[in-house]
Amino acid sequence: MKIRRFVLTASAALIAAAAAFTTYALLTVGDGRETNAPQPAAAGAPASITDSLVRGEYLARAADCIACHTVSGQKPFSGGVAFTMPFGTIYSSNITADKETGIGAWSDDDFVRALHAGVGKNGEPLYPAFPYTSYTALSREDILAIKAYLFSVPVVHAPAKANELSFPFNQRWGLSYWNALFLSKQRFQSAQAKSAAWNRGAYLATALGHCNECHTPRNILYALKHGRELAGEILQGWKAYNITSDKIYGIGSWTDQQLSDYLGNGHATGRGTASGPMGEVVENSLQYLTQEDIAALVTYLRDVKPQQGEPGNELNDRPPRALASTADTPGAGEMAQADLGLQLFEGACAGCHLWNGQGRQNEAAALLGTQAVSDSEAYNLTQVILQGSQLQTAHGEGFMPSFGRAYSDAEVAALGNFVLAHFGGKQGKLTAEDIAKRRAP
Amino acid sequence: MSDSARDVFIVNESRRRFLEGMGGLALAIYAGAARADKGWAALGKADTKAIAPASFEPNAFVRIASDNTVTVVSKHLEMGQGTYTGLATLLAEELDADWDQVRVEGAPADVARYKNTLLGLQATGGSTAMANSYEQMRSAGAVARAMLVAAAAQEWKVSADSIAVDRGWLYAKGHKASFGQLAAKAAQQPVPNNVALKNPKDFKLIGKSELHRKDYADKTDGTAVFTQDYKLPHMLVAVVAHPKRFGAVPKTVNADKARAVPNVAAVVQFSGDNRTRFSGIAVLARNTWAARSGRDALEIDWDESQAFKLGSAEILAQYKDMAGRAGLVACKEGDTEAAFAARHARLIEAEYELPYLAHAPMEPMNCLVQLREGGCEIWNGEQFQTGDQNAIAAMLKVPANNVALHQLYAGGSFGRRANPSSDYLLEAVSIALAAWDKGVRAPIKLMWTREEDTRGGYYRPAFYHKAKLALDGDGKLVAWQHHVVAQSIIKGTPFESFAIKNGIDGLSVEGLADMAYEVPNLRVELSTPDNIRVPVLSWRSVGHSSNAFVSEGLVDEAAAAAGKDPYQYRRDMLSKAPRLKGVLELAATKAGWGQPLKPGAAGEKRGRGIAVHEAFNTYVAQLAEVTVKSDGSFKVDRVVCAVDCGLAINPDVIVAQMQGGIGFGLAAALHGAITLKDGVVEQSNFHEYIPLRINEMPVVDVHIVPSAEKPTGVGETAVPLIAPAVVNALYNATGKRIRKLPIANQLSA
Amino acid sequence: MIQLSINGKVHSYDDVDPSMPLLWFLRDIANLTGAKYGCGMALCGACTVHLDGQAVRSCVMPVAAAVGKKVTTVEGVVDDDVGHAVQAAWQKLDVVQCGYCQPGQIMSATALLHTNKNPSDAAIDAAMAGNVCRCGTYMRIRAAIHEAANTLSARGRS
Repeated sequence: MKIRRFVLTASAALIAAAAAFTTYALLTVGDGRETNAPQPAAAGAPASITDSLVRGEYLARAADCIACHTVSGQKPFSGGVAFTMPFGTIYSSNITADKETGIGAWSDDDFVRALHAGVGKNGEPLYPAFPYTSYTALSREDILAIKAYLFSVPVVHAPAKANELSFPFNQRWGLSYWNALFLSKQRFQSAQAKSAAWNRGAYLATALGHCNECHTPRNILYALKHGRELAGEILQGWKAYNITSDKIYGIGSWTDQQLSDYLGNGHATGRGTASGPMGEVVENSLQYLTQEDIAALVTYLRDVKPQQGEPGNELNDRPPRALASTADTPGAGEMAQADLGLQLFEGACAGCHLWNGQGRQNEAAALLGTQAVSDSEAYNLTQVILQGSQLQTAHGEGFMPSFGRAYSDAEVAALGNFVLAHFGGKQGKLTAEDIAKRRAP
Repeated sequence: MSDSARDVFIVNESRRRFLEGMGGLALAIYAGAARADKGWAALGKADTKAIAPASFEPNAFVRIASDNTVTVVSKHLEMGQGTYTGLATLLAEELDADWDQVRVEGAPADVARYKNTLLGLQATGGSTAMANSYEQMRSAGAVARAMLVAAAAQEWKVSADSIAVDRGWLYAKGHKASFGQLAAKAAQQPVPNNVALKNPKDFKLIGKSELHRKDYADKTDGTAVFTQDYKLPHMLVAVVAHPKRFGAVPKTVNADKARAVPNVAAVVQFSGDNRTRFSGIAVLARNTWAARSGRDALEIDWDESQAFKLGSAEILAQYKDMAGRAGLVACKEGDTEAAFAARHARLIEAEYELPYLAHAPMEPMNCLVQLREGGCEIWNGEQFQTGDQNAIAAMLKVPANNVALHQLYAGGSFGRRANPSSDYLLEAVSIALAAWDKGVRAPIKLMWTREEDTRGGYYRPAFYHKAKLALDGDGKLVAWQHHVVAQSIIKGTPFESFAIKNGIDGLSVEGLADMAYEVPNLRVELSTPDNIRVPVLSWRSVGHSSNAFVSEGLVDEAAAAAGKDPYQYRRDMLSKAPRLKGVLELAATKAGWGQPLKPGAAGEKRGRGIAVHEAFNTYVAQLAEVTVKSDGSFKVDRVVCAVDCGLAINPDVIVAQMQGGIGFGLAAALHGAITLKDGVVEQSNFHEYIPLRINEMPVVDVHIVPSAEKPTGVGETAVPLIAPAVVNALYNATGKRIRKLPIANQLSA
Repeated sequence: MIQLSINGKVHSYDDVDPSMPLLWFLRDIANLTGAKYGCGMALCGACTVHLDGQAVRSCVMPVAAAVGKKVTTVEGVVDDDVGHAVQAAWQKLDVVQCGYCQPGQIMSATALLHTNKNPSDAAIDAAMAGNVCRCGTYMRIRAAIHEAANTLSARGRS
């Protein structure tokens, strides 16, 4: 019978494909040996740093290992940070040189294989919350410099916390398939047509700083969407903005000064202050890069293919209500309409942020021109209201208290809508339910 | 002694002599010396207010100098309530002084001379300052006047009767002299025993609105001195690390980084009563920022094995459980059981919840200590002199007289500085003792940060009320059964016996057990937990702050259930309380209760509500008007307040205290809550312990009942009314009854 | 070594921690205790002073940020027409109760009147909501700002 034969043929083909794929997947696990690969010019720590451990420290900072491997208040690199994914919670590992609970017994090859192939010491696949999909581009020399640095920090005995994943996500071997589909185990290749600064910026952004891991949208299988690099994504309640060169939806209309200030200090005049996870990136990582490296990053970012964003999130640089306000007061019309949102802003916010959004005495408090008040979904605005914001760099400290506990969902929604309207010129549609969901993303 | 130790001694011989026990005379010398403080002058501040030596000091309350300055010595703390002004008015009236020649200073600690005659010890509280001082201060002024007259009579060889006194001058035919000119001679006159006081119809100062406060100048030019401002040479500032939980103690301390902060002089550990949150570590430094930076650099592991670990949810659950069982009977009139067993037309059963409240004065807790051999000196906004003096003396094992307390302004207190446990003072002395052991002899100013102050305990207790009311066919209240559950603010302190009788803390049931409404069957029970180790204290208006909210809410519920006008309903139950009825009528009349309320804009609801209550012998009624928006947010637009406090000594101060008390009470009504989770106080600063801001302040119209009765207090008496007035107004506007404070977002959530 | 201009006079100071907030510098080093500590987090306004005429919260401003600018505190605000009128109004209406928040209130009110000659009640609320008064003397603060505004306009100040 035709149908029966068709079914048999199809099944056989399917089985063969699966077998081939599995073989491929299993064969390509643990592919990390290129001991003879040359160090790209764009790689490494700045030449001005000569001490090898300091070079390793620089690279570890650029790769921002500390952020994911250190619970606030605990010993550095001792692991235990929780990553709440749609499929469960996993905890980062201890990467100090403790032989029992850390990486003390790992060989150089073990460590390189982990970053290049996402495979642990015993051959077990690692969850891609660890951004090996970006670190795979790092040179072996850089990886080993990082390892040497990690081996120099105080050893901490801290057993790993058990992951909380349900079936089938707790089956590590399934990751081999995921890697086969989504992991391109390529080392960084310089683009010949581009400048040295561009290449350095590309290495910093795509390999070390792994910007894609937050800023690139992901597909349903949690893999980065190829072709949509840096177009923006929402994770853990925050929106990692579109940072492509698009002039309206990305950073295309930022000046070089604004970009380098934002990256290096966490704040750009007229553009706002890095908060939440990006604030931590500045604090832990970017503030330590040299000026040349920051400039290289800027060069690269300016060249990233522009990606359109969602309509409605464009920056309105002439929000009428803010422009009708002085530092001290909103416009008379707005005062006459005073709703809950305005009253909340008046009591809790105006003192520091001012009605005209310029920020009293500290630019970090300026609201005008920021992406946070332009995003009509108000993700980051919501989180900053709920959690507050803190940034400490060599340039000083900025601090905003948290208001999530003292105010209800309805109040935070009203306040968020007021801020969007007054400073962003946007019609806010936040509801109490939105806020409730965002409190525990 | 080493150079560094000598460096930190204060050089001021006059105070040392005081402590060598020169007795009462030392007070006079001391009073002058305190003002001409060399330490203060040494900081480069020109002493533009140098006071001439006292020439004439007939009693503890007044000194007149040859430069014509009249100094009134106030035994009460000026914490904003206008007591300096009030006491000066009383004395200046009988003295016939010119208001502008009068200045006020705080009295030292001396219970024999300066006790609050209503409380029996030297303290400011219970809104008793005017009441207990009315005759005393007037007599003091009259005595001084008599002696000045006698001096003039002697000088001019005329009869005392022919001498007139007016605004600081004495006159007789052909003669004229100022107080200052006659001061020295007046000092030589015998002190008369009984001097007649003025007839109130002759008052020139008492009852006048135009008198300016005595502190209006220095509090507007930056020269007013609070504890926060007072400095002594070589003074060290102490910023403390407290545990998160009450009853925790330090286990391990690493102070290396703290000591490395420049200008940090020492790090000491202090301990106290482990029942509360007394243990901690203090960093002492030459300036506040260094002390704070040092404190932030401490690494402390706390032993929490004995710490209090319950949260607000568990406490409430426990209170509900306790309210379900019998409590101690605080008031029993008629027979509520029989009344409830009989038929009744309507029954109301209600549970009311009120949270812990912090005092949160603008000036966080602080005090300045200088230890000496055999005693100590304290500079503080002192609200509880006798208690503090005794407690410190006991800690130092010295006679109470060797503990000198210098009175400064307090930047608000609302009761926080009158602690029967003397907590922050004992903490400062503990720190000073620990520092002394390390050879640090400098004066030490303890300064709590706002976080320490908010989390430091000694709150208005959380209250849980369970009530049952029965109405007859005419809607009349025939039975009221009420169970209060709250911590006692006085149990376990040296002053327990003041308020606790037969196991019942009267302060927990005041305003309920003694309510003015005629309810034929009334039963109030009290249950006091003894396992809740959150430190508690009297908060402005004390038990009334909770009980007026509940009683005025319940009466309002009864009126609504009876279908009666809430104003008439109350009026009908106050026939035996004419002064209370009087303020109720005055407020309603002035607010236009009979006329319809002006409507709001489209989508807005308006409402008005009443509350009337007596506290500390003062009668107050408030009528609040609110506007509720469609999103459930609301504004209190206006409050009409009527007050009967007997003779109005300073009408403008009374108006200010009614306005201010309403502002203070409204903050608590709208936002105030201290909550705990696992024993940790959740609020730390004003972003979470939310104050009232100017945009939430209603217009307040105050009407004072003209009265010749003895004056009573106003410092606290406006506070308890505003929460129920607002809640009743919100009910009137929306039909929604609120039985839990703070109101917060209960209408919009 | 830093130099600061405070209330019209230039002072030099040795050995100053540049990260020390201006508030603590004023209170502990310059001995100007008018500006007060209420919260340390710019939530209450008790620390308000002027920097080049703008109201700032000195508790969160590092003293280094004040170098090269003119600092005005409550002790010096009366040297200015507006500040003088504000202080006079505060005294005329007996605004103060405990007084601890009032230097900050006066500084904020003075800054407001510099830019808004005749503020409405709503404008006053919007401008002054950052200054907390726990004694609740807000009604008199509003009235005093109106009083000062009237005084200044009566003087014909343009």
